[in-house]
Amino acid sequence: MSTASQWKNPVIRWVDDRLPIFTYMDHEYQQFPMPKNLNYFWNFGALASIVLVVMVVTGIMLAMQYTPHVDYAFDSVERIMRDVNYGWLLRYIHMNGGSMFFIVVYIHMFRGLYYGSYKAPRELLWMLGVVILLLMMATAFMGYVLPWGQMSYWGATVITNLFSAIPYVGDWIVTLLWGGFAVDNATLNRFFSLHYLMPFVLFAVVGLHVVALHMTKSNNPDGIEMKGPQDSVPFHPYFTAKDSVGIGVFLLFFAFFVFFAPNFFGEPDNYIEANPLQTPPHIVPEWYFLPFYAILRSVTIDFWFIPAKLMGVILMFGSILILFILPWLDTAKVRSAKYRPIYKYVFWIFFADCIALGWVGSQPAEGNALILGQVATVYYFVHFILVMPILGKIETPLPLPTSIAEPVTGGGGGTSAGAAAAKMEKS
Amino acid sequence: MSDTAASPEAGDEDAERRDFLVLAAGGMGVVGAASFAWPLIHSMNPSAEVLALSTVEVDLDPIGEGQSITIVWQGKPVFVRRRTKAEIDEALKGDSADMRDPQKDGDRAQKADWLVMIGLCTHLGCIPLGQKSTDPKGEFGGWFCPCHGSHYDTSGRIRKGPAPKNLPLPPYKFVDDKTILIG
Ligand code: HEM
Ligand code: FES
Repeated sequence: MSTASQWKNPVIRWVDDRLPIFTYMDHEYQQFPMPKNLNYFWNFGALASIVLVVMVVTGIMLAMQYTPHVDYAFDSVERIMRDVNYGWLLRYIHMNGGSMFFIVVYIHMFRGLYYGSYKAPRELLWMLGVVILLLMMATAFMGYVLPWGQMSYWGATVITNLFSAIPYVGDWIVTLLWGGFAVDNATLNRFFSLHYLMPFVLFAVVGLHVVALHMTKSNNPDGIEMKGPQDSVPFHPYFTAKDSVGIGVFLLFFAFFVFFAPNFFGEPDNYIEANPLQTPPHIVPEWYFLPFYAILRSVTIDFWFIPAKLMGVILMFGSILILFILPWLDTAKVRSAKYRPIYKYVFWIFFADCIALGWVGSQPAEGNALILGQVATVYYFVHFILVMPILGKIETPLPLPTSIAEPVTGGGGGTSAGAAAAKMEKS
Repeated sequence: MSDTAASPEAGDEDAERRDFLVLAAGGMGVVGAASFAWPLIHSMNPSAEVLALSTVEVDLDPIGEGQSITIVWQGKPVFVRRRTKAEIDEALKGDSADMRDPQKDGDRAQKADWLVMIGLCTHLGCIPLGQKSTDPKGEFGGWFCPCHGSHYDTSGRIRKGPAPKNLPLPPYKFVDDKTILIG
């Protein structure tokens, strides 16, 4: 018990000798070495954690007022808006929190793509991130059904029907999901149950994500490993302070929407109670699903023995699942786009492709939007399946700095800048 | 963030400034967290439509002498009893008795004929028996709580058993001779 003496307070020491939470916190959040060259893009993991907590807390309070029944759900939400003390605030925080969560996590992911954070040794960290993304999507989808508006109902109908594309067992699965022959009370009840459960599963996976992160330590804008104490600063006070600044700015952004544009991300149709006998003329999912929705709809022809409907579903799920194998698709040894002269542009083309898909997803599936969607869908997969593997082989990276400390302090005056770039990486 | 930042030998003035910044930022953080917590907590308090149910009008006309009715006010049972002459005399006689929660009958009934009380035992909240003519009324002829044996007299005062207080009185007023408004 060599660490025991570290704690002077006898109560803390007593606890810590039996359950080392203080040692753990000290190790992981005080002394924990962070690369000293991180930029503000490394705030977004902390921001996502904050949003997760805010969502869970407001969600628990909302669940105390909400009624998961087709006859009462819509009215109970209106009651939250009008009668419950600060109910409007809770609901608007939770509603916009969903959008904030995706904004933050998408930036978090593009950060990883740009700086090559998914590459060895951080593959599992990245893959846990993809699991998190899938869980978030499922949670958000089911949450959106709960207010039982028109978009809730028809969104639920359309998305659950995706599973009917599965050959042979599709219809059986859909009936199982619904607990009936259409989206109905049974569906609403189970969605409520699962929507309450999923965030806690998310918590657990985020925990694993952080454990994996603390094993490999953070990547950084230069994409080279920390080689010693001169390359790092302790988490506290440097990143507690820097994360606090980021959190402050982010909460202002969040609050702006909650207080001044609470329905900015929403659909007016969802303030009309669900009507199983009338589909709204233009069904759109929440903005964060739009790129995937565009991929789904862009498949209009059968592929050999695969019907168009099934192919759309395969590509839609495939567009996320392909992220799991990205660490092996990308053959480049250099992580950061900063030192990859071609990937730097490829990254932005891919980014633009995702934005284009998002826009297409918001338009009716016809005319130019449909064609653009098809081109963008093809490029999305070409990026992963062709560009990433080939680019890593043909691109000549720029020389990497010898250490993180070098460009930070300006020391070394670039003497070694000419030294081999890619080789260093493996050290 | 170079090596020169925050060297431990920095002057006293720097240390003071840093303490001030930590305190100011921490203080703002606490204010922020509290102003986020309050709406969460307050949302659990009675909502507008619950508060809207805060008054009930009762028509006394159908209640005969020696009869009681129980009505619901804010989710609680309220006993309205039209007392007999004997019960009123009994209650007035009780005024001078030794009681746990002394109170004059005149302070408990706005009009001697009518006793209006919240029908929840002040021990742990059971509903005492005594509203129906067939109910046990306890040793003092008023109400008897079967849960742990509290006896209330004809004025609803605790006379025996574990309950600490008399049956509480809701706010009410006579709108006219035959109607009261509770709440
Ligand atoms: C609930 C959602 C998430 C939370 C709470 C979360 C939390 C965190 C935290 C606290 C960090 C360290 C700080 C930082 O680098 O920003 C981190 C790093 C990381 N996250 Fe996430 N994350 C989430 C979702 C995701 C997703 C969806 C992905 C990718 C699919 C992902 C991939 C990564 C990677 C690769 C790193 C290491 C980055 C580096 O060191 O450069 N995360 N995450
Ligand atoms: S609750 Fe009435 S005696 Fe205990």
